[in-house]
Amino acid sequence: MIFSRENETMLREDLEQLQVERLQMTLNQIYRNVSFYRNLYNEKGIEISDIKSLDDLTRLPFTTKEDLRKSYPYEAFAVPLRDIVRIHSTSGTSGTPIVVGYTKNDLNIWTSLVGRVLSAAGITGHDFVQIAFNYSQSTGGLGFHYGAEKIGASVIPSSGEKVLKQIQIMKDYRTSALVSTPGYALHIASVLEEHGMDPQELNLSTGLFGSEPWSEKLRSEIETRLKIRAFDNYGLSEIMGPGIAFECEKRNGLHINEDHFIAEVINPDTLEILPEGEAGELVFTTITKQGFPLIRYRTGDVSSVISGECECGRTTRRIRRISGRTDDMMIVDGNNLFPSQIEALLFEIEGVEPHFQIILKREEGLDNVELRVEVTGSFFAFDEIRKVQDFQKKIREELINTLGLHAKITLIEPKSLGRTNGEKVKRVIDLRTL
Amino acid sequence: MLRIRNLEAGYDKLKVLKGISLHVNPGEIITIIGANGAGKSTLLKTISSIVRPSSGEIHLKGKAVKGSSPDAIVKSGCALVPEGRQLFPTLTIRENLLLGAYTLYRKREGKKADEYLENIYSMFPVLKERKHQLAGTLSGGEQQMVAIGRALMSGPDLLLMDEPSMGLAPIIVKNIFSIVSGLRNSGKTILIVEQNAKAVLDIADRGYVMETGSLVMEGSAEELLNNNDVKRAYLGRDYKEFTDQIL
Repeated sequence: MIFSRENETMLREDLEQLQVERLQMTLNQIYRNVSFYRNLYNEKGIEISDIKSLDDLTRLPFTTKEDLRKSYPYEAFAVPLRDIVRIHSTSGTSGTPIVVGYTKNDLNIWTSLVGRVLSAAGITGHDFVQIAFNYSQSTGGLGFHYGAEKIGASVIPSSGEKVLKQIQIMKDYRTSALVSTPGYALHIASVLEEHGMDPQELNLSTGLFGSEPWSEKLRSEIETRLKIRAFDNYGLSEIMGPGIAFECEKRNGLHINEDHFIAEVINPDTLEILPEGEAGELVFTTITKQGFPLIRYRTGDVSSVISGECECGRTTRRIRRISGRTDDMMIVDGNNLFPSQIEALLFEIEGVEPHFQIILKREEGLDNVELRVEVTGSFFAFDEIRKVQDFQKKIREELINTLGLHAKITLIEPKSLGRTNGEKVKRVIDLRTL
Repeated sequence: MLRIRNLEAGYDKLKVLKGISLHVNPGEIITIIGANGAGKSTLLKTISSIVRPSSGEIHLKGKAVKGSSPDAIVKSGCALVPEGRQLFPTLTIRENLLLGAYTLYRKREGKKADEYLENIYSMFPVLKERKHQLAGTLSGGEQQMVAIGRALMSGPDLLLMDEPSMGLAPIIVKNIFSIVSGLRNSGKTILIVEQNAKAVLDIADRGYVMETGSLVMEGSAEELLNNNDVKRAYLGRDYKEFTDQIL
């Protein structure tokens, strides 16, 4: 079903006009209200009135995670703080989060864009939608929550409940649609099988999965094991949260909500615009956001854009499944994590530059993190098990407290992490298969 | 109906419109709100070809019309209700109205003028009663009716209205805006520029906010009515009231 036919099936010509208008208005706003952009454009001699078409967008510089980190917490907001009614945040590259503010109007738009995502997957007011994203600073939980309410579905905010409780809710409340990471859906399937429960006993018919890259292979596995139809959707907190792109019933790419976001794909090394269909880094410009507008934001996500009409009737261009990252960001159980964050944390504890390695595995749909840390030479000499255990415990707890990351800590002897010819230790070994 | 891209215009060296892009879909009531001097009237005059744009594009019903003469714009279905009515005070109501049909006579469609005149009289019975009265003797509200009627005499699809509420008592403003609503229901598309944001947003579908020659915001009437910036700047909600609410 198409939630907003008028907007989702617009003639391309009308859509382009709307995009140009909204882009120009966004530029007028940020030039007046956001010192980061005003200074940047002044420095580079950019006249925003020279942006006369969508092609002119390429004259504007990119915005990076690093730029936003420097604006911590509220520097990049485009409205007075009293107009902000919600604040979310997402992990930055080195510990400082990126703070995203929403005005009332931003929330209204977000809610209806998520409504589009759910409607496209066939969710209606008759559905019971169980949202198994942690309701927290990240945007997945609340984003889907209000979108599902908007279309009149019964929302079950099961959030971070333990998996058995999730399954009980699913069974007793007759959940018909599950919203989670694909990994978590697989985990639910495993636990069901473990307990000898038949997914047919459940009322579950649809799954909306996102927050981490996945594959067609994983889709068919989830579909077979949970006996559902699974849909992909894409969003990131810096831009808005869920609701940026989504699959329709044809499941042939993810439709971008182009009346609110302009998508580009660039070569992350040369920064050149790539022709349609070629894979590169996704770049988004928000054209209706008031609280936290972003111009040409580099997402770090790898995909490509497809145009041409979709059989569903939507005229919006689509992105292919996200196939990976351009940077070293890891996505662990749907949460973003940078090696630099772990480095900063270990530096705090050890006081010297740490040598470490992160090993990622996936077991029964859940991500399993092992952190191997080289200790300094004198450490093992003490030969006190207790001291070693304390040290391990400290790292473990710090990881949970500051990053919310549960990891197995392994202390290893100095220089035991494989280095090749004086090169740096390979920081992440990802053994997960999509 | 109307599509404008990167429109720039001004008077001599003074640049008033600094790259305006907007669109009006058929059957919509669109408003442009903004303070005095933002460039709202200049925009309507530029669409009407009274002011010549220095650059940009104007498409009316899919046809590029930039550089056409003002009467060609009227002929292609776009009529202006100017700021301050601009009636001929020493002519009668009927004469004022008939002047609006001059393009019809040129197109040898004068017969239509009688039909339109009757429509206008049935829409504004008071004008029929007083058709031989001099326009200068009418009240502000009645003069506004004549000005709207005169624009309708060319049988336009798109009606441009410049500050129709100006100088009118609130009850008359309400009356005029309900007439505008009625015009949309009879198939007209309407673009209104207004300082009286509250009144016009009550009847508009969408609106744009204009500040010093640039558009800075667009949204449904509801969105704009609820927008704090709009409230502060154009709905007479003062700054203090906001800070008080927070404290």
